Amino acid sequence: MSRHEATPSQTVGPFFRLGLDRPEWSDLTREGPRGEKIALEGRILDGDGAPVDDAVLEIWQADADGRYDHPEDARRADPGFRGFGRAMTDEAGRYRFVTIRPGRVPGRGGGLQAPHVNLTIFARGLLKQLVTRIYFADEPSNDSDPVLIGIADPAVRRTLLAVRQDGGAAYRFDVVLQGKGETAFFDL
Amino acid sequence: MAKSHEPYARPRPGVQPPYLHREYGSTLKRAPSRALLPLQQTLSEITGPRFPAGSAGPELVDLTRQGKGEALGQRIIVAGRLLEEGGRPLPRVLIELWQCNAAGRYLHGKDQHDAPLDPNFTGVGRAITNDKGEYRFLTILPGAYPWRNTSNAWRPAHIHFSVFGPAFASRLITQMYFPGDPLLPLDPIYNSVPDEAARRRLVSAYDPALSEAEFALGYRFDVVLRGRESTPFEDDR
Repeated sequence: MSRHEATPSQTVGPFFRLGLDRPEWSDLTREGPRGEKIALEGRILDGDGAPVDDAVLEIWQADADGRYDHPEDARRADPGFRGFGRAMTDEAGRYRFVTIRPGRVPGRGGGLQAPHVNLTIFARGLLKQLVTRIYFADEPSNDSDPVLIGIADPAVRRTLLAVRQDGGAAYRFDVVLQGKGETAFFDL
Repeated sequence: MAKSHEPYARPRPGVQPPYLHREYGSTLKRAPSRALLPLQQTLSEITGPRFPAGSAGPELVDLTRQGKGEALGQRIIVAGRLLEEGGRPLPRVLIELWQCNAAGRYLHGKDQHDAPLDPNFTGVGRAITNDKGEYRFLTILPGAYPWRNTSNAWRPAHIHFSVFGPAFASRLITQMYFPGDPLLPLDPIYNSVPDEAARRRLVSAYDPALSEAEFALGYRFDVVLRGRESTPFEDDR
């Protein structure tokens, strides 16, 4: 095999806050993007239902028009939106992002995907990151999203849906790492 | 140059650690129990965040002079290149690192190890790779420290590296180790990587050419991120 094969992943361990804590990065609206401002919040729980108080979450998402701020997206993204966020869980396993609701993003083969936020989780006890997607439960285009309709079990599919809280601007998305209600994670 | 919108290649089996690794106790309640779902990569996965050159100031590449005085311990230079599989360098990429001090203690409230803190050492570094994909830090050789995975367990000396590649799919957080460390064969985190050749890529190399006379020892550590599916491996050509 080539000497340029990938470097393996290793856990962030318990002390990552030292190197990774950037509190301002949990607010993706600092530069005044277009679109509907929302909060994404929830908890991370382990296989015993205990809160995971030492996890890092990173999100990557398109702007309100479904465009990514990246050279491989040829369309020009909102200059007020970079699309990346990082947050860490507190003692109760809670996290919170402030962002905007993304637009629909092109999929493979010319179709459109339902709006979603890409989520990566690092933690002590995770030797490599977990990857999932946050969809919005009140989004009509979910019914035609290739990833969602590819998940046969509706209970598993539901683990990817963030639910709007009391008609307000906050969406709730809990992550269960293991066991009952386990979140659907992707092999990226 | 990869074709546009081409997916990132999957790792060869054994190159990446599993989620469940019984010897590392913290995985037992955190590893998913269901198989991961396949995901066809789309624009969402092949794009990712970029960081402007100003994201890392010069004070963050010299960890020995972040306090009023000099940090205690063996000065080391840690340098290398950031590459994609296939060998293409990755310029202007953010590297974040963190480590414990020479005594094996992290500047972190949760670290209860009874070893002294160094008021002149935070253990936090940050750099943006240059146009050739290179980075360079001046820091202190981290100490080994005890952890409660098993009785009398010690982590080998290591530095945590967080690297953003060109895409969401290429994100990597890893640990760099030191050659000849007697704790490596005993460490369940290091040994969670099944493939021996892959595991050895986590160990830096002592490089006399990188050392500075009468000043600091040099360790070379290249980080390789996933490449595109069509990326030829060097020895395939």
